[in-house]
Amino acid sequence: MSRYFTEDHEWIDVDGETGTVGISEYAQGQLGDIVFVDVPEEGKQLAKGDEAAVVESVKAASDVYSPVSGHVIEGNTALGDDPSLVNSDPEGEGWFFKITLSDTAELEELMDETAYEAFVAKL
Amino acid sequence: MTINQSGWKPTSPTAKDGGAPATFTGNRALMLEEPLIFEIGDLHTTGVDFPDGDVAGSRLGDLTRKDPIGLAGLSEPETVRHYTRLSRQNYAIDLGLFPLGSCTMKHNPRLNERMARLPGFADIHPLQPVDTVQGALGVINELAHWLITLTGMHGVAMSPKAGAHGELCGILCIKAALEKRGEGHRKVVLVPESAHGTNPATAAFAGFTVEDIPATPDGRVDTVALEARLGPDVAAVMITNPNTCGLFERDLKRISDAVHAAGGYVYCDGANFNAIVGKVRPGDLGVDAMHINLHKTFSTPHGGGGPGSGPVVLSEALSPFGPLPFTARHVNGHIQLVEEETAGDDHPDTFGRMTAFQGQMGMFTRALTYILSHGADGLRQVAEDAVLNANYVLRSLEDTLDAPFAASGPCMHEAIFSDAGLAEGFSTIDVAKALIDEGFHPMTMYFPLVVHGAMLVEPTETESKAALDQFIGALRSVAERAKAGDQSLKTAPHFAPRARLDETLAARKPVLVWKEKPLAVAAE
Repeated sequence: MSRYFTEDHEWIDVDGETGTVGISEYAQGQLGDIVFVDVPEEGKQLAKGDEAAVVESVKAASDVYSPVSGHVIEGNTALGDDPSLVNSDPEGEGWFFKITLSDTAELEELMDETAYEAFVAKL
Repeated sequence: MTINQSGWKPTSPTAKDGGAPATFTGNRALMLEEPLIFEIGDLHTTGVDFPDGDVAGSRLGDLTRKDPIGLAGLSEPETVRHYTRLSRQNYAIDLGLFPLGSCTMKHNPRLNERMARLPGFADIHPLQPVDTVQGALGVINELAHWLITLTGMHGVAMSPKAGAHGELCGILCIKAALEKRGEGHRKVVLVPESAHGTNPATAAFAGFTVEDIPATPDGRVDTVALEARLGPDVAAVMITNPNTCGLFERDLKRISDAVHAAGGYVYCDGANFNAIVGKVRPGDLGVDAMHINLHKTFSTPHGGGGPGSGPVVLSEALSPFGPLPFTARHVNGHIQLVEEETAGDDHPDTFGRMTAFQGQMGMFTRALTYILSHGADGLRQVAEDAVLNANYVLRSLEDTLDAPFAASGPCMHEAIFSDAGLAEGFSTIDVAKALIDEGFHPMTMYFPLVVHGAMLVEPTETESKAALDQFIGALRSVAERAKAGDQSLKTAPHFAPRARLDETLAARKPVLVWKEKPLAVAAE
């Protein structure tokens, strides 16, 4: 399983043709205390870069974009009851949705962990 | 910090007054601890004494209420005291400087109020025959004339009820004009990052696709990027001028020419018109539609003090599509209300209505009073003093706080600072909360989004140099404490009736409905 990052601070763990998407540790730190998360429903078709989810903190509301194209298998319903999971474990329990990738070649445009760390260091 | 875990009511007063004893009532001398209105009074008390009804029987049949309504009653003095006590805990422009950025919290002249309360304006009904409300229609018509004159535009839609409502009106005019031209396929609205947050929402609500245009590092529209994006799919550009970075968009004429050459329209968000009124006519800059917040530029009360009003001035190209109803003065002096039944062949392209009636009469009367009592020289001085005051704040504090656009030339209506330079772990919210202890309403926080930890201060022309000096001194003192890492800021405010509230808990577990026993329910 490998993890990729976008410049918009989403991460995706890819296992075969299935990906798990969330927002990065850096992103949750910038957003502050998260108070509401709206995850996509099962079956929703997403193109790479589409608005997939909404995350609201005490400071701002932000869109979360899909790092790849595909259809949603599952949204993380636990975030509805406890949005603070995104703050406490953004790259684990605080995942947003799982997606079936329609084009794995799209992953080549994303950053690996080392490249993302270098990208964040420059911000 | 003590937090009521139910989240339904703020914390009790915290004992921060140097070991002073608790009082039996919870009051602190004249600062009274006031319960909710549902918690005072009882079912057997009333402030009115109606005579028994002389109507025999009820026509409600099965709909007659069978159980008591259960609302506690209050006597008249209890009612008066409750609301007077609450008002004493509020902060208002009549109490002190109100620095909210982009909100233009300026003094509401008492003359405006006196005019708006004249019975001929205050006690009329929108469905009265027009012959009986000629004076009120005359006010609307004359205000329309002055708004057109001050902006150098061709027409005006008076009915929109607030800024964002005005934006929608302008965008619907643009949509109708494009459809009339057979170019309804133009679906893209370009919105620069330096624009107000309502602009993209308006465009999306009207069915357009929104695309962002970046800002330059100096806080203005990236004109080259905007021009490069223009094309046959672009319906309009929505640009805020002066923009939300507090700067004048110097390229607006060039942008308008390029947008028009590409077949699009220019919407200007005129929320900050107060900084340029009497100095710049947006019509001369090629603007096709712009809303004017009467409650900001022309001093009608807002922010809980009154309704907004957002008339939209329109170019010659867009005027035919403006909404009904509107006023028209005949040569004989009679003012007609042009509505669906009377529009006839004169206004066939109207997109429809924004509101049931003519708009906010009280705001119209106040705004016209403000315009006429200031005169042309007075309005110019309003803009000059507002800009002078904002620059005084900016230049007085740029040595203490980071001012990201300090090198972009003079600011317009507002001064912007970032949280750069505050000690590790300290943020804009700590500065804002400490300003409450200093007796000020905080500035706008975390907006615009292009500035990290933005602090947006708009003093308006209302404030004297003495008032500004006091505010600047307070903000400087708080900022220096935040730079030095003064931990007491993290729990500010210390002297307000409520200490630092848990805003995260309030947002995560909002309790919006009062219940008799809320604690157990709300804790879940």
